[in-house]
Amino acid sequence: MSDKIMACRCEDVTVHEIEEAIARGHRDLESVKRYTGLGTGWCQGKQCARLCAALLVEKGGEPPSSPITPRPPYRPVSLAHLAQLSLQKERGG
Amino acid sequence: MTDALGGHAEVIVIGGGIMGLATAFNLAKLGQKNIVVVEKSYLCSGASGRNGGGVRAQWSSETNVRLMKESVALCSEFATQMRINVWFRQGGYLFVARNDARAKDLEKSVELHKAHGLRTRMLDAKQAKEVVPELDASRIVAASYNPDDGVVFPWPFVWGYARACAELGVAIHTLTEVRELLTEGTRVTGVVTSRGTLKAPLVINATGAWSPEIARMVDVTLPNHPHRHEICSTEPLKPFLRPLVADLSNGLYFSQSMRGEIVGGIANDHVPDGLNQESSPLFLQLYAQALTETMPILGSVRVLRQWAGAYDITPDGSPIVGFIDEIEGFYQICGFMGHGFMMAPIMGKLVAEHLLGKSTDPIFEHWNLRRFREGKLVPETMILG
Repeated sequence: MSDKIMACRCEDVTVHEIEEAIARGHRDLESVKRYTGLGTGWCQGKQCARLCAALLVEKGGEPPSSPITPRPPYRPVSLAHLAQLSLQKERGG
Repeated sequence: MTDALGGHAEVIVIGGGIMGLATAFNLAKLGQKNIVVVEKSYLCSGASGRNGGGVRAQWSSETNVRLMKESVALCSEFATQMRINVWFRQGGYLFVARNDARAKDLEKSVELHKAHGLRTRMLDAKQAKEVVPELDASRIVAASYNPDDGVVFPWPFVWGYARACAELGVAIHTLTEVRELLTEGTRVTGVVTSRGTLKAPLVINATGAWSPEIARMVDVTLPNHPHRHEICSTEPLKPFLRPLVADLSNGLYFSQSMRGEIVGGIANDHVPDGLNQESSPLFLQLYAQALTETMPILGSVRVLRQWAGAYDITPDGSPIVGFIDEIEGFYQICGFMGHGFMMAPIMGKLVAEHLLGKSTDPIFEHWNLRRFREGKLVPETMILG
């Protein structure tokens, strides 16, 4: 059943995959993230991190002291938009 | 993970990154017993979990070409041998030159590659555009292309080694920080960690950008230093970009991963030396400007995440490998200039053979720390970022 339940919808990580990661010895959220890829997609973990953390603790893992490291940008930003920034004069090249 | 550590090992590897794990795995495979790996954080926490996953044999020095040819071959066998999908994709590396001087450098490297049996060839701008039709070819004069270079997804690569290590009886202790190296006279005898003291006659420093800190514990000054390197990935796209594209003039590189994202980075001279894994908006600006000039079509593609890792920089661009003359039993395998990940498959194998007296590869003479004292530097120029 748990292989049919999506935990991370962006990266298609199922509850079963998280259970398997924990069974393989991944006891903390950062390791489970790096084993399953959860939280690295479109929403960057904003939807799944809480569920995954709860699952981890339920299965005997380490309670995370903080969510997974948030990675900028806060929302997806186009390269064209970023290229317009002028934080530093563009270097010649 | 708060249980105490203690007792004796035969080998202690400091650093649970790709280099330490590859070394431990190969040692165990050759029959070495009682190996312990200590990692201060979780696996994939350092550069091994933060790099772009590029794997190439296109280098400027004979040694790197020879070694990386073997490393690429090991990568292509990795999935079946380690029973893990590492998303290896051999789409090639395309090094572009924007002026004649750079093109000449590439031509020189291509001759070397050919002598080593690589399929690298020089392309003119039109031919480069055939490999990557979306390139703005008006900006380049030539390119070198090796269709056999490739990219992997770094995380499963690390897990593959970790699992294989565990199966061979190697103990891997994460969240275990080394605080002190023990010595008796001029010989290393073990490590004091945050979880207790471990004794061993052989201690391997495989901590990458953190290696000078470890060596300093026994008053050894390593000449390498950490330098932040940033990277980012975009939303996933349908596969369209075959090679990793690299520009040595500004350090720009980008590729499409098997997950569909465009993953890439660029050199940023404004970053001060030091251990820093924070990301900056300036990086996104420099990267986006260079990338959209090179590949205008990517302008509408959105960046999803950016992060940073530590390059481990040496004065001559070559690594530091082998025993330290002053401290018996203290072995270094560091200074890989941000390219340690791709070199780990072959380096782990050679270092294990060296430690067990089964390798006489010249690198163990050329890449020893003592070269800096003797003034015999080993330059490498095809460094990205």
